[in-house]
Amino acid sequence: MATEAVDLPRATGRLDGLSLARTFGRAAIYALLLLWAFVCLFPIYWTVTTSFKTAADVMQGALIPWLDFQPDRRGWRSLGLSADTIFQVSTVREEFLKRFLNSVVASLGASTLAVVLGSLAAYGLSRFSYRFGFMRNKDISFFFLSQLILPPVVLALPFLVLYRELALLDTRVGLILLYTLMVLPIVVWIMRDQFDTIPTELEQAALVDGCSVWGAFLRIILPLALPGMVAAFILAMILCWNEYFFAALLTSADAKTLPVMVASQTGSQGINWWSMAALSTAAIAPLAILGVLLERYIVKGLTAGAVK
Amino acid sequence: MVAGTATSGGEQARAVAAPVAEPRQRAGRLLLLVASLLFAGVVLAQILDRADVLGLGLTTWRPTLYAYVIWGIALCRAQVLIRGERGQQALFVLPAVLFTVAMAVFPTLFGFTIAFSDWNLSAFAGRRFNGLDNVRAMFRDPFYWNAMGNMVLYTAAVLVEYAIAFALALLLNAEIRARKFFRVAFLLPLMLSPVAVSWMIGKSLMEYRWGPAATFARWLGWENPAFFATPGIAKLSIMAIDAWTFIPFLMVMLLAGLQAIPRDLLEAARVDGANAWQTFWRIVFPLMLPVSLTAIVLRIIFKLKLADIVINVTAGGPGGATDTVTSFIFREYRDRSNVGYGTMLAMFYLVLIIVFMTLLLNLVARFMRRVT
Repeated sequence: MATEAVDLPRATGRLDGLSLARTFGRAAIYALLLLWAFVCLFPIYWTVTTSFKTAADVMQGALIPWLDFQPDRRGWRSLGLSADTIFQVSTVREEFLKRFLNSVVASLGASTLAVVLGSLAAYGLSRFSYRFGFMRNKDISFFFLSQLILPPVVLALPFLVLYRELALLDTRVGLILLYTLMVLPIVVWIMRDQFDTIPTELEQAALVDGCSVWGAFLRIILPLALPGMVAAFILAMILCWNEYFFAALLTSADAKTLPVMVASQTGSQGINWWSMAALSTAAIAPLAILGVLLERYIVKGLTAGAVK
Repeated sequence: MVAGTATSGGEQARAVAAPVAEPRQRAGRLLLLVASLLFAGVVLAQILDRADVLGLGLTTWRPTLYAYVIWGIALCRAQVLIRGERGQQALFVLPAVLFTVAMAVFPTLFGFTIAFSDWNLSAFAGRRFNGLDNVRAMFRDPFYWNAMGNMVLYTAAVLVEYAIAFALALLLNAEIRARKFFRVAFLLPLMLSPVAVSWMIGKSLMEYRWGPAATFARWLGWENPAFFATPGIAKLSIMAIDAWTFIPFLMVMLLAGLQAIPRDLLEAARVDGANAWQTFWRIVFPLMLPVSLTAIVLRIIFKLKLADIVINVTAGGPGGATDTVTSFIFREYRDRSNVGYGTMLAMFYLVLIIVFMTLLLNLVARFMRRVT
């Protein structure tokens, strides 16, 4: 701003041209921003509106409710979630709620377990120097983070066999354990970054005052690391909620999660566009809301360790 | 740096702590011994039971699982008893290590034994060791190598995603109104389930007859907007859908990098008369290299796992043109229950990934050393 103030009198001759270019530049920026916002939001808009369409409206590619088409409850009624069916008995709704609950339990359980295990490990790695045989801190960190490159398909079939032997196939516990493994490297990554930003003087003072290592960690460091834990938890939650591959292979009747249900709807006899749209809307709604409300934490989690 | 000072803090604390008494140490060793014997005993009993030597009638391997958990708890307790303060410190990483060993290392090793066997879960005959048959079959499998080739193309697409994400990050970093709205809107695709996205975009939005994307393409003059009919265009469509979900990930990281650039550096450049183009290439882009490389490496890691969208939108079609390694193995299992062969394909993929990532990380490290 200050430089502009100096520049302006000198550049009076070019002032009009400059400000024109500036205006044009700003217009271009907003145009691009709006264009990409449209690219991001239109599929969501399309899905939500399609859940209120009838077959004819879908086939015509109608876009705007009340203008192009008359909203219809059919999509939500097929899920038993429309206003007129919500108090009636509905097997579809029960099925949906069961899948929804499975997803909630699996993702909450796995995220909690991963944040507990991951935070402890990250704290240890950030504060103490370990030696397990040849493995030092750096190797242990790498051991955890290297799990990130393990493609799920490598574990999928061994787990299928192991879970069958352990009677963990098609159980929520099985899913929780697997999802914990899946998000653990990310949690360790985020939490190590978080603990590294907390000065060590704090717990040294506590240790001098007679706290044990664990006492200092639980009473002093943990409250300070809460934002990082929230970020890690939410990111873990998103990954678990959206996970499809393992769920598709390892669950069937009981522990099937929402993504598997969505995927299995694209069945043989053509697609019920409206009910698919309703189901997709219901599947993405919790995370879309989470994203809008907790964007700050998600960004914090994603950028952990990226910028030093 | 922080770790260094922290370590000295730990040493200090250890010096203050009293040495562990002899009886406690002995109790700890005893506990570990008993737990280890118990664990070994249970495993042995289960193996003998499986071999019909013992008639315990166990149907699952749950006892072994429980024995492992008990052994793990005993190991943690024994650490504290034997090594005192150091043991308490070890307690922080031990649970995660034990968990990861049981859930990732063991299954992976187990996977290698499956990979060398002929094992069809739907067939009545159990597992049969078949040496290198699976390897030979793998090298002759055109669909597998086709999927590998696709992975190379998909991975290359990361660079395009990076360019778009960088542009978006620059836009968001400009002085704009409603920044919060745009940030949230741009982030949303990342939050959505790939399966739902497959349906929303792949099946519905890109529907040939009435999907808005097809309608738009017709309006632009493409007479036959079939997004998943020809191999080349189908690949591009899959890339586009995947990019749509993951561009926010790159964008958020790059935006954080942009915000970390000191303002006065840019001011100085402007005072020196550099235009926006020069400022970007001489200052912003070089400063962004570390963040960019981190973001791209992470994105490649995620890209190598790509499967959900392919499974749900095209199921690998047309003719395997969009197949990824993961989706191909998924169908190999789903359609043929061929566990042994599928695992071999997966294991080979893992080896390739490890080699590739090691090379990539070394390359990145060397490149960074040269630049800085």
